Amino acid sequence: MANITRSPWLLHYDGSSCNGCDIEVLACLTPVYDAERFGIINTGDPMQADIFLITGGVNEQNMPVVKQLYEQMPEPKVVVAVGVCACTGGVFKDCYNIIGGADVAIPVDIYVPGCAARPQAIIDGIVKAVALFQERAQKSEKEVDKVG
Amino acid sequence: MGKRSVIPFGPQHPVLPEPIHLDLVVEDEKIVEAIPSIGFVHRGLESLIDKRDFNQLTYVVERTCGICSFQHGMGYCECVEHIFDVEVPRRARFLRTIWAELSRMHSHLLWAGLLADAFGYENLFYQCWRIREKVLDLHELTAGGRVIFSVNKVGGVIKDIDEDKLKVILDTIKDIEKELKVISKTFFKDYSVQSRLKGVGILTPEQINALGAVGPMARASGVSNDMRSLGYAAYDEIDFEPVVSNDCDCYARCYVRIMEIFQSIDIIRQAIDKIPKEDELAAVIKGNPNGEYFMRLEQPRGEAFYYVKANGKPNLQRMRVRTPTFANVPALCEMLKNTEVADVGILVVTIDPCISCTER
Repeated sequence: MANITRSPWLLHYDGSSCNGCDIEVLACLTPVYDAERFGIINTGDPMQADIFLITGGVNEQNMPVVKQLYEQMPEPKVVVAVGVCACTGGVFKDCYNIIGGADVAIPVDIYVPGCAARPQAIIDGIVKAVALFQERAQKSEKEVDKVG
Repeated sequence: MGKRSVIPFGPQHPVLPEPIHLDLVVEDEKIVEAIPSIGFVHRGLESLIDKRDFNQLTYVVERTCGICSFQHGMGYCECVEHIFDVEVPRRARFLRTIWAELSRMHSHLLWAGLLADAFGYENLFYQCWRIREKVLDLHELTAGGRVIFSVNKVGGVIKDIDEDKLKVILDTIKDIEKELKVISKTFFKDYSVQSRLKGVGILTPEQINALGAVGPMARASGVSNDMRSLGYAAYDEIDFEPVVSNDCDCYARCYVRIMEIFQSIDIIRQAIDKIPKEDELAAVIKGNPNGEYFMRLEQPRGEAFYYVKANGKPNLQRMRVRTPTFANVPALCEMLKNTEVADVGILVVTIDPCISCTER
């Protein structure tokens, strides 16, 4: 992680999860697990966010919200689906109001399984997201250089 | 008289990890009206009765909400047990009580942290969550899961807590009690906390009764309703008094919840003291349920209703849950009237909203 160029900020949105993953995401950021040591800060503003953490499946009502949040984030961006509901729909897959996992609305890069996903697994997902983010940032920098 | 405008609050908002949407009609800085709109987390969980049988449904019900997961499972199982008319082993009832109180502790500590975060006291937020991790470690030790621990089943519990683990629980809650005393001093005495909480969001006992608010919300306004006194699980053998405050404001709600953590510690001690030695952990269930039952239980957020109707088939006919946050939302909308925009975050947090319960 030594060559990180800047600290990625994290946006968390609860799709339609049961809260279990949400509180584990928050627990990641608190002193015991401390994801902030990777330079990550939890922000409420999508315009400043680089990593989008989504928990829970997608339904008719929150689909536009998820899409809007994703579109408001600046490039480059990475999406992490936390919990089995965000990956596939999980235990609620057969419910009438669940369309599917987060990937039915937005492109997901990293899937973190678990019900509820453990903080260790979430941190692993975030670390992978930081690496992917850096790769994308460097790529887009090169493209800018080419054009310039 | 100023011009009226509408400020949207949520569904994605920094103060809450959960999506609730409020349209705040404001006049200058004062809120005139708050109109809630929900449905962002609706999954249609109750419809799964067609696809899962009554045993499998325990695991679905536990995922109604990740915070009071255990108590949802317990409410459902007790309903089905009453339909079967079986006697749950006494040890299982005590184990349920211990787990229920542990989950109440974790929920209230989580809430205290979120409240501190809402009024901008980051340090206090982190302290609350640090203590909460100790409770989660106990969950993991006894049940294997941190937030969702599927230990309930129709008839009793799946896992036992042996003597060594009970001792660990006692030692840990002693630590927690010591650390909580330090933190509660900040919550109760710190002037900056008081300036944000005292006199904010007043609800009179009459309003509580008219709007049907439940749980710590009602108890903070002097209405002593605590469903644990109905004596489900092993609460009939445990001696406790509901925590009540007469201040009716946000400070009182904070006081009630923090004192309830101490009360939970006391209840766990009593339960561990009285727990009988038995090998049996679950009653034998034969056949399918036939009949209906309705039960009320006290979750960390207040009173929840469970209704189960079965007709002798593996799949239930109807399962209905009414959750405490649903009962508290009208009180929230009443409370928001004539308050400053800056207090909205605190007022929303102060009802301890659990939207995924409410919308299921």
